[in-house]
This record gives sequence, C-alpha cells and structure tokens, in this order.
Amino acid sequence: MKKTFKGIYLLLIMLFLYLPIFTLMVLSFNGGKTMNAWVGFSLEWYEEMFNNRQIMEALWNTVTIAFWAATIATVVGVMACIGINFMKERHRSLLMGINNIPLLNADIVTGISLMLAFLLFGISLNYGTVLFAHITFCIPYVILSVMPKLKQLENHTYEAALDLGASPIYAFFKVVMPDIMPGIISGFLLSFTMSVDDFVITHFTRGAGINTLSTLIYSQVRVGIRPTLYALSTLIFVAVFVVLVIVNIIGNKKEERKDL
Amino acid sequence: MALIELVDISKSFDGELVLDEFNLKIKENEFITLLGPSGCGKTTTLRILGGFETPDTGKVLFNGQDITGLAPNKRQINTVFQKYALFPHMSIADNIAFGLKISGKSKEYIRDKVKYALKLVNLSGYEKRSVDSLSGGQQQRIAIARAIVNEPRVLLLDEPLGALDLKLRQEMQYELIRLKNELGITFLYVTHDQEEALTMSDKVVVMNQGYIQQMGTPEEIYNEPENAFVADFIGDSNIVPGIMMEDRVVKICDHIFPCIDEGFGRKKPVDVVIRPEDIIIGNPGEGIIDGVVTSNVFIGVHYEMCIEAAGFEWLAQNTKSYPVGTKVSINVIPENIQIMNKPQSEDEEAMALDD
Repeated sequence: MKKTFKGIYLLLIMLFLYLPIFTLMVLSFNGGKTMNAWVGFSLEWYEEMFNNRQIMEALWNTVTIAFWAATIATVVGVMACIGINFMKERHRSLLMGINNIPLLNADIVTGISLMLAFLLFGISLNYGTVLFAHITFCIPYVILSVMPKLKQLENHTYEAALDLGASPIYAFFKVVMPDIMPGIISGFLLSFTMSVDDFVITHFTRGAGINTLSTLIYSQVRVGIRPTLYALSTLIFVAVFVVLVIVNIIGNKKEERKDL
Repeated sequence: MALIELVDISKSFDGELVLDEFNLKIKENEFITLLGPSGCGKTTTLRILGGFETPDTGKVLFNGQDITGLAPNKRQINTVFQKYALFPHMSIADNIAFGLKISGKSKEYIRDKVKYALKLVNLSGYEKRSVDSLSGGQQQRIAIARAIVNEPRVLLLDEPLGALDLKLRQEMQYELIRLKNELGITFLYVTHDQEEALTMSDKVVVMNQGYIQQMGTPEEIYNEPENAFVADFIGDSNIVPGIMMEDRVVKICDHIFPCIDEGFGRKKPVDVVIRPEDIIIGNPGEGIIDGVVTSNVFIGVHYEMCIEAAGFEWLAQNTKSYPVGTKVSINVIPENIQIMNKPQSEDEEAMALDD
C-alpha cells in the first residue's frame, strides 16, 4: 500500500516535470501546423529552423555571448576573489555582502539601470552592451562559487610554494589554481547557463536588430508561434541533457578513482 | 658569527603585542628549539624568519645582511609547515622537485636529488605515489624532503610532529636528529611539547607572551629553571615558597633543608623547585618532613603520588608504590633543590606566570 502510493506520487511528479517537454518534442515532429492534432511524422520544422537566418543568428549570438560573458566574468571574478581573500575579515565580509546584492536584485531593475547608464554615456545599444551586461551579472556568481574553495586552502600551500622559491604569480598558477579549479569550473558553467537563460536584462540592453534565443522566442510569441520554435526548444533540451549526462559520467569516474 | 640574528623585533596583531623587543642569535649548524605555550610568539618568530610576516620594528640579519624586507622566495631558508602543505594534485616526485625546477636545475640532477631525498627520509620508491595515498607520518617526511632538497642554510620547522601519534612522534624525533647531523643544516624548531624540545635540541629557548624566559641547553633548562614559569612548563615540579636562611641553607615549610645555592642573601624569600622524581620517600622519621600519601596513580614507568606534608601537597614519583593513607617521610638531596628569585615586581610576575 505504502509502496504503491510512493510510486504514484513519484509518477505524478515526473509527469508534471517532463510531460510538457515531452509534448513539445512530439509536436516538433508533427507534420501539420496545428497544435491539437497529429498529422504525421515530419522533419520539416527542423529543416525550416536550420534555414531560418533569424534563428541561426540568435543561436549564434546566444552561444557567443554566453561563452565570452562566462569567460571574462570568470577571469575577473577569480582575480576579485584573490583580492578579497587577502583583505581583513571586516572588509571581506562587507565586500561579500555587496557581492550578494546583484544576485538578489530584480533583473528588471538591473536591466533598466544598465540601459539608462549606457544611454547616459552615449553608448548605443548593440551586441557589446548585451555582452557587457551579461559579464556584469555573471561576476557575482563566479565569486560566490570560487570564494569557498579559496578559503579552504588557508594559504598553506601558497606559502609553501613561496617558501620553495616560487614567485607569487608562479605559485598561483602552479599551486593555488589547480586546487580551486572545481570552483572556477562551476562558476564558469553557472555563468554560462545564467547568460543563456537571461531574458529581462538582454531585452533592455540589446537595442534593435540583435536577438538572442530568448528575446527572439518572445518576439515571435506575439505574432504567433510557429512549430520551428518547438524544434529549436527540443534541440536545446537535448543538448543540455547530453551535457548533463557527460558531466555526471566524468564526475563518477573521478570519484571512483579517488576511492581506489 | 651568528648565522641568523633577530634584533629588537616587535610585532603586534590587531593591537595585541605578540613579540616585544625580541632578540635571538642562531649559530651555524645548531638545533635550536623555540618552546612555549600557544600564543607565546614562537610561530610568529618563525614566520618573520621565513618572510611571511614583517616585523613592526627591528631587523632580521642573515649572515650579517639585513633581510627584513626580503620576499620569502628570495631567502635561503626553507620551512616545514605544521599541516605539511603538500601540493595535492602533484605526485610525490613533483612535490619534492618543486623548488629545484624553479631554480632551473637539470632533469638528471632533479631526478637524482629526489631519489636521494626520498632515501634520506626512508621512503625510497615513493616517486609516483599520490599525496592522498600516504599516511600522516609519511606526508610529514615528504614535506621535510621537499624542504631539504633545496639545500637551505636554515630549515624552519613549525610543530611538524604535532599531528602524529606518540610512537611515530618519537621515531620522527630520532629521524630529525639524524637528518640534522647528516645534512649539517641549521634547524630552528618550534613546539609546545617539552619532551620534543629536550630530546632533540642543542639549545632550547623557552618563551612566554613574547618574551624569552630562559635560554640554554636542555639540561640547564630542566635542572636549573630560572623562574617559576620555566619550572612549571618543563616537566612536573613542586614550586614551594621558601626562605633562604643563609648560603646553602633554605627553610621550606618551617623545615630546614641543606642546598647548594649561594648568593641569595640572608632571610630572603625565594621560590624553591623540587622535581617529583627527586623526592625520596622513606619511613616516618627517616626524612626531613613526615606526611601522608593522599593519592596514588600508576602512569607506566612509575607511580605518581601526592603526599600531604607540612601543609603542602608534594608531587612525588617513585617506582615503589605507597598505598593511599601510608605514613611516610620525604627527603631531598641538596643537589636537587633549585632556588629561584621571587619575581620582584608585578610586571615580572606577569612575564613569568602564564595568565
């Protein structure tokens, strides 16, 4: 009795989570344009998607912005962490507090304020402003994921490297960086996802003519959605799914090696 | 000439004075130990020598040259850290070769040197192992190997045996003495463990609250403590107030004891140190003071007993057990009575006694 109840409960949760995505995936292979009838299997929407310059451009923008924003934010964030780590306790906690504000702040406020700031300084909105905005909101995530790793080190290995004759920079790259690498990678991945996901801030800082996937989908919803977007969403879902599986397999293998 | 000289070093952290006008000379090829309770400034002294802290005032001289402002990586000094601080993502060989690679030695030289260092710490064949696969004692020996391959003039050791169990600690003590004799490097060792300090050192520096309390050979420190702090910190001891009646005669608890100390004056209050193992227990009437055994604990090599006599509780150690309640007498031979001046002022008392 208890077991069947458990099973049903789990099934319901899975349905709520995955049925919508499953529906979308099925409809992306539907031959007709209608949403409520199955006409027949077809790949025409996938074909249309790959031939649609708008979508391909938006995809390219999304990926490149996410990549550069995550990369630059990671570099800046790691450098900030090193600085913060050497501060006195009081200053450090103050700065970490300030670091949390952008995380909690509503996206819409961040978006509008960035837009106003760009316009105030006479910077026209384009690809660059979107990238800049994304770097801005990614940095706090990097700091948040790298800082705990850096604190764990307690400076012992860094000092040991200096003691053995390493210059501070050599010691950082040779000794400190490998130890905080997990934090750096998770900071990068977090930034990348945040950037891909973002709609509100992008919407306010993108100007005319630049679209990312989220803004493109939003603008198309207004004129009526086409099944090409189902195909696109399916592809994104599959890509994320594959990445997740790979990351998990690598993680498991590493853990096994540690156990040996 | 002294290899290292600390001149009038003062250092405070957040307004708290850790070292106050500290002076120390270290000779070439000496095993010198800084001994004291936590917070006495011994680790800070070590970090100033290593270059990880800058003193507020004072100078550090190395071979006569001022190195106070020199970066740690430019000093001919290597450190063995308390928590080993091995590089976890590198193999044992890479850990040991770290310093040699930086100084640009050839591959063959590095390989030979790593092999030699591993042999020196009795871990031959461990080149390819990972840090995680070693026990605490092995990691500590790798940390020592990593420091000594660079052939430093001075090796600093910051409580390197603190995390090891008793047996391993004793083994490592002998290893360290052997290493020091084989390498001819000056060792500066920091510990709060008096046994370690007495076993290994040529010279012990007892510190408390940023001051040197006493400096001398292990025998001097143990047998002739200069003040109550040193007497109390090094080994167990009975510290009894007494009155120096004249040269070679001291009155303790209204009983006259002959001793060998001179020059304290007449009828002068003093502190008397008597080590528990120096108390001779006999039948009532045979010794100088009669008393009763109030507790008796077996601690391995001997029994540790408390004897209530003349209003003072004496700590005594003997291989023969006297059950609680036995009436006994106690006696001390003159050579084993150590007389110390009482602290003259409150300041001195604060210096001497651990708050």
